[in-house]
Amino acid sequence: MKKAGIKIENLHLSFGETEVLNGVSLEIKPGEFFAFLGPSGSGKSTLLRAIAGFGPKPKGRIMIGNKDILGLDPWKRNIGMVFQSYALWPHMTVRNNVGFGLRERKLPSKLIKTKVDAALDLVDLSHLADRMPNQLSGGQQQRIALARTIVVEPEVLLLDEPLSNLDASLRVQMRRELLRLQRQLGLTTIFVTHDQEEANTTSDRMAVLDGGVIQQIGSPQELYDKPSNLFVANFLGTANILEGKIEILGNNKRFLTKTGDSLSLSEGSSTVGNYIILRPQNISINHKKSKNSLPGKVRHSEFLGSQIRYIVTAGGTEIVIDQSHRAGQDWFANGTDVHLLVNTSTAVVI
Amino acid sequence: MPQNPYILKGHADRLAKWLVPNLSAIHLVAVFIALLLIGLLLVPVAQVMIVAFQDASTGAATLQNFIDFFQTSLFRESFWNSFYVSAMSVVVATAIALPLAYITTRFHFSGSILIQSLGFIPLIMPPFVGAVAMQLIFGRNGTINLIIREKFGFDIPFMNGLNGVILVQSIHYFPFILINLSASLRNIDRSMEEAAQNLGSHGLRLFRRIVFPLAMPGYIAGAALVFIKVFDDLGTPLLLNVNNMLAPQAFLRISSIGISDPMGYVISVILVIFSILSLWASFLFMRGKDYTTVQKGGGGMAKRILKTREKFLSYGVVIFILLLVLSPHIGLLLLSFGTIWSYAPLPDGYTLQNYVTMWESSKTFITNTILYASIAATLDVIVGTAIAYIVLRTGIFGRKGLDYLATAALAIPGVVLGIGYLRTFHNLDVPFTNEPMASWWVIIALALMIRRLPYALRACTAALQQVSISLEEAAESLGATKRRTIQKIVIPLMAGGILAGFVTSFATAAVELSATIMLVSSNNDAPLAYGIYLFMQTPSGRGAGAALGIVAVIVVAIGTIASQVIIERNKKIKSTGDSH
Repeated sequence: MKKAGIKIENLHLSFGETEVLNGVSLEIKPGEFFAFLGPSGSGKSTLLRAIAGFGPKPKGRIMIGNKDILGLDPWKRNIGMVFQSYALWPHMTVRNNVGFGLRERKLPSKLIKTKVDAALDLVDLSHLADRMPNQLSGGQQQRIALARTIVVEPEVLLLDEPLSNLDASLRVQMRRELLRLQRQLGLTTIFVTHDQEEANTTSDRMAVLDGGVIQQIGSPQELYDKPSNLFVANFLGTANILEGKIEILGNNKRFLTKTGDSLSLSEGSSTVGNYIILRPQNISINHKKSKNSLPGKVRHSEFLGSQIRYIVTAGGTEIVIDQSHRAGQDWFANGTDVHLLVNTSTAVVI
Repeated sequence: MPQNPYILKGHADRLAKWLVPNLSAIHLVAVFIALLLIGLLLVPVAQVMIVAFQDASTGAATLQNFIDFFQTSLFRESFWNSFYVSAMSVVVATAIALPLAYITTRFHFSGSILIQSLGFIPLIMPPFVGAVAMQLIFGRNGTINLIIREKFGFDIPFMNGLNGVILVQSIHYFPFILINLSASLRNIDRSMEEAAQNLGSHGLRLFRRIVFPLAMPGYIAGAALVFIKVFDDLGTPLLLNVNNMLAPQAFLRISSIGISDPMGYVISVILVIFSILSLWASFLFMRGKDYTTVQKGGGGMAKRILKTREKFLSYGVVIFILLLVLSPHIGLLLLSFGTIWSYAPLPDGYTLQNYVTMWESSKTFITNTILYASIAATLDVIVGTAIAYIVLRTGIFGRKGLDYLATAALAIPGVVLGIGYLRTFHNLDVPFTNEPMASWWVIIALALMIRRLPYALRACTAALQQVSISLEEAAESLGATKRRTIQKIVIPLMAGGILAGFVTSFATAAVELSATIMLVSSNNDAPLAYGIYLFMQTPSGRGAGAALGIVAVIVVAIGTIASQVIIERNKKIKSTGDSH
């Protein structure tokens, strides 16, 4: 299949007074699995629909390969989209659903049959070709919707929250299958989701959106480890945010918390910012004071199985710490005075 | 040793229980309703069926009546005409409803509210009431043709013979298609269309392959309803003096030859068979086709903003259709205020005299109507509530049967029920008198009750479904008996729905003609609808008839609005109760 890259330049879109997309620019490489991640109302679905050609016409540019498709009718774009609701037509059999796009393209019926069979084979549902959609389970409907979209060999595949209507165990299985298919076909794919785990496990790169603006673009690890702002830090997993200021003493940088405790920062870290971000698993909890530790008091603890989560007041805020749990290990009781040992090489200054 | 009195009492108790297992008040109510429905619906209809298959003189079972029927050219013609008129009415009603439904559901169109409110006005007028007014506007010497003839020198036979029936019926019944089709169109999720566009489909092709098939179940439901209503209707053809159709033939045979003539019964059987067939066909078509695809949070179909030219075109179409649809009302209003209206585009002058005449000569009609409709509507909601409770809240054997039996009245045309009552009750005397029951006014009220029961039952069932069982269980756990719970919890919570059912039953029973026309034996017992029919028989009475028609329209309009208001208010109360 053809691989096409996507380039979006300065896209603006408003519904009446509300600005839904506010200057979105991004570039997706050919064959990439790209995720739009964001809370509801962030504009991620609107952005996806704008690429497919649905909704009001935005200002800016949307390039597929090297042609500008903005303003083109949806049926002239050759972009495949899988809808959140799957949108299988209830009055057509599975076979007719999958063959719909090919018939619109006026292919000879023999070729249509071959292609539909191949597509159904690809999603492992050949045996259901003559069923009606309402006789299928959610997961099967999802796969038929996917087959219906890829059978027309679109240049780009758009997935609008494709897993949100499935139950939890099926969701994990389907996302693996999606990824396998995407790799097999090499289709440039955009996946919209509000679930960070889905985005993390599937995408090569992702864009985090909020308020119609892209907050950060990068691989899942980059975004988790090096969030560029507080929104991204908070949206991707649990983040401990310490407020304070940076002091530079010769070659040494240190971070002074509101409570006057200091943490020395690693050489590579940024020198501008009023916050440092620490992930819960990058802090350990001790009875003894040591270099680069913060004093604190245990407020609350939760046993989560593989981990114990402590809530400790330190540095003028409440800090979440995840300790891995081993049998026979000591607990820190509520009210215990403790010292938090911070791995400052993982700390991000914002 | 003296016998223990308690043991004896225990035996007596057990004996009573064995003889009358589980007999409770609710069982007695169920049995009473069953008897009522059997006596007032099942027996009369069965009578009609039996007579149709019986030799008139010997009483032996025979198909001869049907053979006679199809060997008479007048009946063959009537049969064909009824079929043709019903089918054509569906076609014309579709032509009226389709653009309205499409424009309101697919476009941001400011006239939508106009369509939604005015589009349903035809239903608040009994079709026969508008028929005479239509004659004056569209007839050979009506307003439109007088103007056309003067300008262009030819006529358009809008109202000639069957055309008139088709026009009046389709204008009256198109809202059934409009309501169902609009609901279907609204229930199509926009992703259905978008998925097709995404795969390369658009325009008319998209409409033909996706939108129309998805809206089909709603359309079929509406069209089947229009077909039956037109097929069964008696009033409109009678008033337009079109007698070569089935329902008028049945009426004329029975009223002129008498209740022993088998042809009226044969026609009744055919009417019932067609009713059941079209209900069954639409049921078959709809089975497994719940195409409601709107997702939670989904917005139905994507609405498009009209371009200026399209907007003018849409307004043109909508205003033209609405004028057509409102023409019976406009005509009736003119007729009721007009002095003489004949061979002229408009009445010669305007007066209130018709209303005075109407009031002086129609007091009995109006009081009779109020009496009959009140009795019918009251019985409807009592029986409806009882059946709803028995079906939804008890495990009484055969409870579904009560529901089906009451609902079956839908498939029985008014003429058939009327004939059945005449046949069943003409041998019975009113208690304590020598009057035959068939000409007793109470029978008219009971016929109206049976005719309106299916609608009242639906209203009561819906009302009870909204009352959560846990509310009753809470009362019972706090010590209330079943009876107290029904009195204090169930009925008050159902009150809005019951009232809405009552008002609708009352308003529609007040203008019902097809069953009553068979049963009215003297003008003193006649209700309003029959009064209009009488007035309209003579040209001099038409003005007063129109005035009475306006009264009928107002009664139904007030009833419809009141029941809507009650339902809306109830919804609001319920929703404030639910919110946190």
